[in-house]
Amino acid sequence: MKRLSAFNVVSLTLGFAFLYIPMLILVIYSFNESRLVTVWAGFSTKWYGELFRNEAMIDAAWVTLQVAFFSSTIATVLGTMAAYVLVRQGRFMGRTLFSGMIYAPLVMPEVITGLSLLLLFIAIGLDRGIVTIVLAHTTFAMCYVSVVVSSRLVSFDQSLEEAALDLGATPFEAFRLVTLPIIAPAVISGWLLAFTLSLDDLVIASFTAGPSATTLPIKIFSSVRLGVSPEINALSTIIIGIVTVGVISASLISKRAITKRIREEQAAV
Amino acid sequence: MAERPSPNQTVFAPWTDPDAVPLIRIEGVTKRFGDFTAIDNIDLNIYRREFFALLGPSGCGKTTLMRMLAGFETPTEGRISIDEQDMAGVAPNRRAVNMMFQSYALFPHLSVWENIAFGLRRDGADKDKIAARVEEMLKLVQLERFARRKPHQISGGQRQRVALARSLAKAPKLLLLDEPLGALDKKLRQDTQFELMDIQEKTGTTFVIVTHDQEEAMTVASRVAVMDNGRIMQVATPAEIYEQPNSVYVADFIGDVNLIEGRVSSIDEGRATLDWAEGQHPITGQASGSLSKGGRATFAVRPEKLYISREEPTERTNRVWGKILDIGYLGNLSTYHVETTGGQVIKCEMINVSRIDRRDYTWDDEVWLSWSDTAGLVLPE
Amino acid sequence: MMRRLLIAVPYGWLLLLFLVPFLIVLKISLSDIALSIPPYTPTLDLSEGWAGIRDFFSALDFENFTFLTTDDLYWKAYLSSLQIALISTLLTLLVGFPIAYGMARAPVEWRPALMMLVILPFWTSFLIRVYAWIGILSNEGFLNQFLMWIGLVDEPLTILNTNIAVYVGIVYTYLPFMILPVYATLEKMDESLLEAAEDLGCTRNQAFWFVTVPLSRPGVIAGCFLVFIPALGEFVIPSLLGGSQTLMIGKVLWEEFFSNRDWPVASAVAIILLLILIVPIVLFQRNQQKQAEANS
Repeated sequence: MKRLSAFNVVSLTLGFAFLYIPMLILVIYSFNESRLVTVWAGFSTKWYGELFRNEAMIDAAWVTLQVAFFSSTIATVLGTMAAYVLVRQGRFMGRTLFSGMIYAPLVMPEVITGLSLLLLFIAIGLDRGIVTIVLAHTTFAMCYVSVVVSSRLVSFDQSLEEAALDLGATPFEAFRLVTLPIIAPAVISGWLLAFTLSLDDLVIASFTAGPSATTLPIKIFSSVRLGVSPEINALSTIIIGIVTVGVISASLISKRAITKRIREEQAAV
Repeated sequence: MAERPSPNQTVFAPWTDPDAVPLIRIEGVTKRFGDFTAIDNIDLNIYRREFFALLGPSGCGKTTLMRMLAGFETPTEGRISIDEQDMAGVAPNRRAVNMMFQSYALFPHLSVWENIAFGLRRDGADKDKIAARVEEMLKLVQLERFARRKPHQISGGQRQRVALARSLAKAPKLLLLDEPLGALDKKLRQDTQFELMDIQEKTGTTFVIVTHDQEEAMTVASRVAVMDNGRIMQVATPAEIYEQPNSVYVADFIGDVNLIEGRVSSIDEGRATLDWAEGQHPITGQASGSLSKGGRATFAVRPEKLYISREEPTERTNRVWGKILDIGYLGNLSTYHVETTGGQVIKCEMINVSRIDRRDYTWDDEVWLSWSDTAGLVLPE
Repeated sequence: MMRRLLIAVPYGWLLLLFLVPFLIVLKISLSDIALSIPPYTPTLDLSEGWAGIRDFFSALDFENFTFLTTDDLYWKAYLSSLQIALISTLLTLLVGFPIAYGMARAPVEWRPALMMLVILPFWTSFLIRVYAWIGILSNEGFLNQFLMWIGLVDEPLTILNTNIAVYVGIVYTYLPFMILPVYATLEKMDESLLEAAEDLGCTRNQAFWFVTVPLSRPGVIAGCFLVFIPALGEFVIPSLLGGSQTLMIGKVLWEEFFSNRDWPVASAVAIILLLILIVPIVLFQRNQQKQAEANS
């Protein structure tokens, strides 16, 4: 029995208003007739039309999606491996350095990560483009994936794997048939996190992108620097819409899975 | 060892004295949570220096009643007064009542010493007084050596004692204990029961304990209130509750009991006789409550009051014939489950005076169970 | 064999794309700027054998670091970054704590929804969330329109392109990082502790200060570090919301690299920033470890 005081209600209301009103304004003014983003001049969807006719923007979006897809997929594989190594493989040479390298990128300022990767690509003579952005994003995203997956692995009963081995599975089969299905939700959320981080990244992409490849955040940043523009509002609205639908449906799916499980458990008793 | 009471010392029983002023008066108290009635029109007086137990299964309302005394819940109807002062609208922090929580609720960020001092500091007493009182409390619960430890650095039994010391530090008029020994293992629980009684005696504080463990209530309390479904079924001393339960519920809840249903054939001078099965002798016991001739009633008799024999004990009116179904050997005593011809199973406990190699009875033996006219109670439905 | 491969692949990846780049930054920070490609000297020339390596190392020096101390732009930028990060961390705590507290006291069935509302902005683009404030804080922005409409001010306040806008931006974008750890500690707090405090003579307010606040400390500390550490190296917020006088080291590094093309100095700036960050990172790690031990 918790007591929600007036103070609690006020702080929750103000807090969520603070979080959501800016985004709400953004969405509302994307339907504004006027180019001036702060003066309402009637409803219109013309900025969405402009946005879709802006080829540079569409190209950038396409590059961004490609980068996000490839980097998050590679990062998920590498990050899951890294998590498995950290949680299940015990001691090996250089383990401390390994775990240090997993955690350091999480706290490393983006400007430094970006700078250092750029200097590497120049040193080895790799031309900057989609490939270099993918490499850069994979590197920091795999660390996030590894943290997400290892927290699931830690809470996972190791005797399940041992049982699989005991019943004649090879270590790889035990991983594929037992471990992976159980940690799958964490692997999926790791992938989603990596994908979002890649979509979102401006700083590292700015360092590692070349003239041949511009991502959406770079495009938005250079246009926003010149001031507000209704086209960007329209783009923001699309992004906010996709994310909201995605997050809400993901949480509904997981909630349904949980209630289904609870119901099944109750039925079994 | 405590001194043996002298013959002329009066027994502590303020509830029998019509002039005694109760410390706590609970008058017509009802508590509802939405549609659910947790407490249903309860009247109860608790006296100074009493060790009072609220006993009942979980959900019977005992914790709600206690929380109303502490001030965490307010009665929907009725009145609670402590020391002749109406408690309506008095916040928990303004009551001379302290509570020992079931989870102990020790502040994890404070040391044992600071936990005990917490309440004293709120009263703004000066430092030396607080220190002296804390030391006194630590000594009372024998935890002087652990004063600087944090709650997670001491054992469960020690935590229980810190919680006790903390709630006693302010010398409350009334101490409430919510399942105080629930988290301890059996051996430690028994030792602690006696320690609690000892501390209650030393400090002279009125204790109200909430428990679902009838043995615990019987051991520590001067009086026990047996509760069910928000109502008080019986308030009496442990001995009365055990020997003179006023209902089938109380008889069944406290200790082990044989319940035999039948029809009242005669009532005579406080004795009632029950017909209960074809081909069996009628059984007689003390009549209790409103019985009517020909009405249905339940005969309640404790297993240890029964006597087992091979030959028919013709000198006793209460005798039942049956076959041994099960024998439980518990060391100090043996339990026999005897099935009568009607299918009724009756339990009988015999003290093992001699060694096991002389055990007389075995499975499927045909035996007689018998008991005296005063051993059992006839209770209304 | 499997095991070796399993370890070698992620290990090799991180060595090549995290550790080696970092060593390159370290090396370049000790080099000199040069008008060449790449724009620094010396470069390692292995074809000259030992002599080349010796020449290479003898040409490295701490000149760039000395330069950072002489030009007051840099140490001012470090100090100002620390100041901005510190102030905005405290502001985030001030805004975030009541929200986390309200969430922890809300009915259990609301909490997953409230949680989702806090996390949702985190999934939308960071850049967009910062951008949203430009339209609000500018001279013709919504905030000024609102303030003038209710008659609080007569002429628009200049908020955009000042440090205040930077604080607002940091508080807004990092708020979830503060709310979540604080909420986690408040949520698992035993309600009976508050009742015990009241029972022992505290008012509701006192119980909050004597019990709730001290017990939320691990979450508050974690939240503060989670805001402070990234805020210190922040680039996007000061460059979009801050003004020309807003000095933050992330911005200085960016400009040093892209505008001045002084790679050695940019590298030295990065190294110093990392050295500064080590202190809060180590403290943060220790706090997390302590919390993990307390939970076990």
